[in-house]
Amino acid sequence: MNPIGLYLHVPFCRSKCPYCDFYSKRSTEAEMDAYCETLCWNIEESYIALRTDSERKADTLYIGGGTPSVLGEERLKSLIMAAKRSFLTEDAEITVECNPHKLPSDFFRVLRAVGVNRISLGLQSAVESERRVLGRLSSRTEVESVVRAAQSAGIQNISLDVMLGIPNQTAQSLAETLGFCLSLGVPHISAYILKLEENTVFYKRRAQYAFPDDDRTADLYLQMCGTLESGGLRQYEISNFAKTGFQSRHNLKYWHCEEYLGLGPAAHSYINDKRFYFPRDFEGFLKGEPPIPDGTGGDFTEYAMLALRLREGLRETAVQARFGHEIPQKMRQKAAAFAAYGLLENDRAGIRLTRQGFLLSNSVLAEIL
Amino acid sequence: MEKKENIRNFSIIAHIDHGKSTLADRLLELTDSVMKRDMEEQLLDNMDLERERGITIKAHAVKLDYKALDGNTYALNLIDTPGHVDFNYEVSRSLAACEGAILIVDASQGIEAQTLANTYLALDHDLEIVPVINKIDLPAADPERVAAEVEDVIGLPCMEAPRVSAKTGENVGQVLEEIVKLVPPPENHDDKPLRALIFDSIYDSYRGVIVYVRVMDGSIQPGDTMRMMATGAEFTVVETGYMRATSLEPTKGLSSGEVGYITASIKTVSDARVGDTVTLATAPAAEPLPGYRKVNPMVFCGVYPADGADYENLRDALEKLRLNDAALSFEPETSGALGFGFRCGFLGLLHLEIIQERLEREYDLDLVTTIPSVVYKIHLTDKSVIEIDNPCNYPDPAVIDYAEEPMVEAHIYAPPEYVGQIMDLCQDRRGIYKEMTYLASDRVDIKYILPLNEIIYDFFDVLKSRTRGYASFDYEIKDYERSQLVKLDVLLNGDTIDALSFIIHSDKAYARARKIAEKLKENIPRQMFEIPIQIAVGGKVIARETVKAMRKDVLAKCYGGDITRKKKLLEKQKEGKKRMRHFGTVEVPQEAFMAVLKLDE
Repeated sequence: MNPIGLYLHVPFCRSKCPYCDFYSKRSTEAEMDAYCETLCWNIEESYIALRTDSERKADTLYIGGGTPSVLGEERLKSLIMAAKRSFLTEDAEITVECNPHKLPSDFFRVLRAVGVNRISLGLQSAVESERRVLGRLSSRTEVESVVRAAQSAGIQNISLDVMLGIPNQTAQSLAETLGFCLSLGVPHISAYILKLEENTVFYKRRAQYAFPDDDRTADLYLQMCGTLESGGLRQYEISNFAKTGFQSRHNLKYWHCEEYLGLGPAAHSYINDKRFYFPRDFEGFLKGEPPIPDGTGGDFTEYAMLALRLREGLRETAVQARFGHEIPQKMRQKAAAFAAYGLLENDRAGIRLTRQGFLLSNSVLAEIL
Repeated sequence: MEKKENIRNFSIIAHIDHGKSTLADRLLELTDSVMKRDMEEQLLDNMDLERERGITIKAHAVKLDYKALDGNTYALNLIDTPGHVDFNYEVSRSLAACEGAILIVDASQGIEAQTLANTYLALDHDLEIVPVINKIDLPAADPERVAAEVEDVIGLPCMEAPRVSAKTGENVGQVLEEIVKLVPPPENHDDKPLRALIFDSIYDSYRGVIVYVRVMDGSIQPGDTMRMMATGAEFTVVETGYMRATSLEPTKGLSSGEVGYITASIKTVSDARVGDTVTLATAPAAEPLPGYRKVNPMVFCGVYPADGADYENLRDALEKLRLNDAALSFEPETSGALGFGFRCGFLGLLHLEIIQERLEREYDLDLVTTIPSVVYKIHLTDKSVIEIDNPCNYPDPAVIDYAEEPMVEAHIYAPPEYVGQIMDLCQDRRGIYKEMTYLASDRVDIKYILPLNEIIYDFFDVLKSRTRGYASFDYEIKDYERSQLVKLDVLLNGDTIDALSFIIHSDKAYARARKIAEKLKENIPRQMFEIPIQIAVGGKVIARETVKAMRKDVLAKCYGGDITRKKKLLEKQKEGKKRMRHFGTVEVPQEAFMAVLKLDE
């Protein structure tokens, strides 16, 4: 049995960012205690439930949110310990998402001591005016000192989130943000293009903001890919860049269509061909309401949809190993047409989107899948 | 059977909106033909479309019993006529069934194009005309001025004409008295062989076709074998009777002078064509009544279901409509761009619109129609002539000697201050000015010869908007004339889109080509590659635009493990593609297609 990925969702934030529609809420200390206790129970129960003939291990743990760092180092420690007592392998990748604002001075030392070896920090932009528009509470210098603190605590695997498509963002302001990231020497960057989601402040007030249009955003994206690659961070997924050996093992499980267990409200799981998720309901989760089935997963279409997000793309050998057949001819034929437009590469090794193809991945996938 | 001297057969003629249907309603009420509680506005216009558009599409007829001031009861047969040029032939057949006509003139607007056209039609049939000045309740009404105008322009004595308000009912009783007094009764021709004029027919799913007739000579009873003189078809009469406002009233028979209906288990209206003469198979008349002609469609276009799966439903719907509409023609056609559909022929653009709307409303179909075309005569170099109503069949220009297109004689009536605007429009539509006549100090009649293909499209709409609705318009089909025609082809990414091809005068090709290219560019969403739009005449590109390639369409955000959400978004994207029309490699949304087809000013 292959090891799974374990995801813990922390649905708490100090404040809601205007672009974010992830599930989170403000909370009291008591709520956070209750939540962590429930989550620990869930980890242990799931571990027992999944242990049938043999043990199901997890070689990645990702604590995401929300803002996991608002839990404080002690609660995070208890969650990680619960995972270690059950699922986690010795060499597991353990990631904690952090908001750089107001982190205690020994925060990373405590996390490092309990085994955390990867930190994901929400930078979004290194330009102060853009940070204000995005509702980031910290300053650029605060981010810098937090990165240094993590590094000196012995956590080298740090990922910064960068955002494209911020109101009034220019090639120059993006260059400033990317230069800042490279100067910090972090080995991983996740760069997401802002998408206006309903139920966000940005969406409601969209008329008041000067969002770059699709053409400009596409230019920003290509600029970023170029800058990061020349800075030694290679693109391995539509939105992810890493130095060799620093790719996110946990996130790769999603894109490789491997199994994962997600605990917490709004967390999704894919185990034993079944997909299921916990509803976006904090109280319900505390009361122990069960997850909602979400159909079967892992068919070829789904696999291809995910694999094509990766630079390595849909690999012929991987397809044959997993499904026992080649990439279907029909898909190859359609791919050939797009190859002519420079949107993808279609060869014996498989099918891969180019950068232009990544930018149009929705359209390309809708055609070839 | 009614006494001949107590029968009055009449129709009502009026320009659109002058109150024809409203007056008919009042006449029905005054003669107690319909109970108050059954009274609906514009009872005779019983199609929703007729009520909404304020026009009469089908002819209708009703028998009213009227006790006149002289103490006698009269049978008044009111034959309502369609009010649009597309249906001129039907109007002429309705008028041929009458001895008189009420001419309604709006007391505020005066004489309009159809007032005159219909009056002349009525005079052609030797009808006694009973002028009525309507809408005297309007603040702008000037009945005396309008009466004088009618006397001047038409030469009808109008000083005694009833001044009425069909809306309030004021003086409407006078109209009935005038009918009795002025319209002559039919002559008694009972002893002659049967000749009955069909002025309309409707399909009823229980009785088959109900044939509306005016008996001119002889008589007819249930059980008789009747013969249609034009088609030769014979049927056994099942029932005869009178049309009442809300029902049919069977009778023992119908005799000369009477207006009524015949049923004979006739399966389609094309067996009972408007204008045909009914006679008896056992004692046929020597000659049919004059004036019958088979109506020919003048305007053609492709009608396609928006969803290809609706093809059979469209066929069924067209077949049902044809049961009731002998003027509608259709045959299957295939388009590379639009799939399977039908090439349909119509009397005119209104007829086309009505059919399209009925298909969409009554049969719940989503349609795509191609640009309407007229019938062109193409003279080939080998001296043969072909007739073309579909641009797809346009021959290679190399084998064309010359082409001809149908012309119309158009009359436009408007206040003199709009003459400049109207002339500009007609000039722009390749019109040849003939003459201008002052009908009154505030109304002129401008006569133009215009190509039919210039007016079938949006001429009337543009005319209305340029004259703030004051102009009225009427036309009559004339001969074919030689013309410089070309076929425009639309190419997307190098592929010709057959459904967008059309035939146009060479002088207009460039301007139209540019406009189409712009419209397509506006309406085709950017796709994964650049799309050249080219408009070509015989292989030569005369206009081009480019839809730039789309740059970004990506879900860059990572939704954690929510793969289902990604899948749903992808499904939605695929769904969106299904609504697109595929033209070769290019996808064009329905709206873009419609925008080009409905290319207006």
